[in-house]
Amino acid sequence: MRDKTWKSVATVVALSAVMMLGACHKKTAPPPPPPPPPAASPTASISVSPDTIEKGQSATLTWQTSNATDVSIDGIGAVQPSGTQQVTPADSATYHLAAKGPGGTQEATTRLTVTQPPPPPVATTSSPTEEDLFGRTVKDIYFDYDKSDIRSDQQASVQADAQFLSQHTAISFTIEGHCDERGSTEYNLALGDQRASSVKNALVAAGVSASRIKTISYGKEKPFCMESNESCWQQNRRGHFVYQK
Amino acid sequence: MDNSRIQLSHLVVKSVASGIKFLGALILLFPLLGSASFAQDWVRTGSGLGVDKVRLAVPDFKASSSDPQSAALLKTFNDTFWNDLDNSGVVELVSKSFYPLQVPGQPAEVTFGLWNSPPPNAAMLAFGNLGVGVGKVTVQGWLYDVKNTASPQVLGKQYADVATEDAARVIAHKFADEIIFRLGGGIPGIAESTIYFVSDRSGRKEIWVMDYDGSNQRQLTHLGSTSLSPRISPDGSRLAFSSLTKSGWDILMFSIDLNRTVSFPRFGGTNLSPAWSPDGTKLALSSSRGGNSEIYVCDSSGGNLHRMTTGKGPDVSPTWNRKTGAQIAFVSGSTGLPQVYTMEADGTNQQRMTDQGYAVSPNWSPNGQFLTLAWTRKYGPGEPGSSDIYLMDIASKQWVQLTHDGGRNDFPSWSPDGRHIVFQSHRSGKEEIWMMLADGTKLHQLTFTGNNSQPNWSWK
Repeated sequence: MRDKTWKSVATVVALSAVMMLGACHKKTAPPPPPPPPPAASPTASISVSPDTIEKGQSATLTWQTSNATDVSIDGIGAVQPSGTQQVTPADSATYHLAAKGPGGTQEATTRLTVTQPPPPPVATTSSPTEEDLFGRTVKDIYFDYDKSDIRSDQQASVQADAQFLSQHTAISFTIEGHCDERGSTEYNLALGDQRASSVKNALVAAGVSASRIKTISYGKEKPFCMESNESCWQQNRRGHFVYQK
Repeated sequence: MDNSRIQLSHLVVKSVASGIKFLGALILLFPLLGSASFAQDWVRTGSGLGVDKVRLAVPDFKASSSDPQSAALLKTFNDTFWNDLDNSGVVELVSKSFYPLQVPGQPAEVTFGLWNSPPPNAAMLAFGNLGVGVGKVTVQGWLYDVKNTASPQVLGKQYADVATEDAARVIAHKFADEIIFRLGGGIPGIAESTIYFVSDRSGRKEIWVMDYDGSNQRQLTHLGSTSLSPRISPDGSRLAFSSLTKSGWDILMFSIDLNRTVSFPRFGGTNLSPAWSPDGTKLALSSSRGGNSEIYVCDSSGGNLHRMTTGKGPDVSPTWNRKTGAQIAFVSGSTGLPQVYTMEADGTNQQRMTDQGYAVSPNWSPNGQFLTLAWTRKYGPGEPGSSDIYLMDIASKQWVQLTHDGGRNDFPSWSPDGRHIVFQSHRSGKEEIWMMLADGTKLHQLTFTGNNSQPNWSWK
């Protein structure tokens, strides 16, 4: 099969050669070409304007070459000897122009710097946000075992929380009541409810509007700390503040 | 029904069968139990001691057909039937190693002398056969009083159903319940009862249900939240439970018939631990809608909600007197650590039942005379106490400890016959559901997958 194919290709080539020879025979022979002058070296230049953009904006590449037959830019491919092109890279990029001609190869590069845009403007003009401040400032209230009254070492936290919340009246929030793993599921849910209410009542007494405060009990269903020791249990006996978006 | 011929073998059974007998038993027993328990923690209480249970021989039922399916169904039937009778607490099963080589599948095949004298020395013999044909399973079963050779038959039953494993199990439960009814003082058996519980094996805490022996476990709710405290209605048609919804902890109602949640009002606040009155017309529950967690009572539709308790401290986990519906027991933290209290169903006459420690999760016995509860009697820093299941006589406040040395135990729930208690225990290292006789014996585990808690036994 392969032999046959080669045979037919050879036949076609031979026939074509005979026909071409026949055709040429009718023309007068051209004069021999003059010896070519020594080829000039190609030139190349590339620039980008502007040379710094923000992400998402575009810039214009401009390049010129001479004496080149084969011009390409890395990442773009083959291009006209001279030209311009819009580029919108996601990151800073270096454009590498290569101009090849009979006289050799010339290269040129230019760099476009892409900067990340500034963060979008926030709803409130103040920075940091109220949520950040809430998370940084408002302290959880910790409880004694099986107790829901606010113990004396937690009063300072309650007062500081109340002061912050009185100054930031736009914030609504939830107080979660949590219990440690000991004790019974149902009783702990009721106890967690009392802890959340206890914190809420203290804030209301200090002037925070009750309408901004939701309470929920998690009992021992959502512990912060999973170990069975007192330091962990204390972590879990708390009124936890959650910013409400 | 000739009750006098039946030997009652259990205190709780006695108390249900006859109030007069019970009083005698109580006066004799509880002072002893109470003082013994104070002296040492680990006493086998005497409720079943000194009374011989009926010796029942239960040879495997025989195949009455050669259908290839019959072998599998026969094994399911025999295992379930033996297990039901063994769990019942009213009979003593004669070990199979004492049985003669030839066991009967028909009345004509019974040789009395091989059964009513040693080694089996059985008083009763349960036997029969199982056959499969044209997609149906048929079971014939008999209960013989083998000491009474002249007129031995106590029971003769025939059952037919579609030939499935489930049907074989149900038939075994039905026949076991017939036998337990006759040998157990006329109290219906529990082999057809179910247990509702909380499981996290789907990733979230949902409500599940299983047969009383732990088989056939299946998920009821698919709420993707946290659902707790399932309580089945007395007629078995509705399940009340507490679930974390967008608005907080609400009481939700699940229709067993419709297999979905049905509407129930939202009360506001944290709403927990619903409990059905024995006539099914009312629910008691804990709600913090007024600020404090208090016990409320409403109609089973959720209407006519009114508060029963006042005062500080959380009030939670109500349970109705299952016999009269006239009292409610509940847990209150009004004096510090939670204690169990009783009150009239209108909120009057509150009585503190527990004297110390951490006492929660009361559940009222079907005969109205006992509470079972979870109690850590010695509680506090440095105390070795753990939460155990206790039985308390309500009239005298005498108590008996039922579990020992077995980790944290909580949420006991009575079986319909008052002979068993199901509860959650951490003794295996995970929260699982366990069951025992109401004297603490015959302890065995029912769940093994995931964490399982808060069992609630059906009312029948």
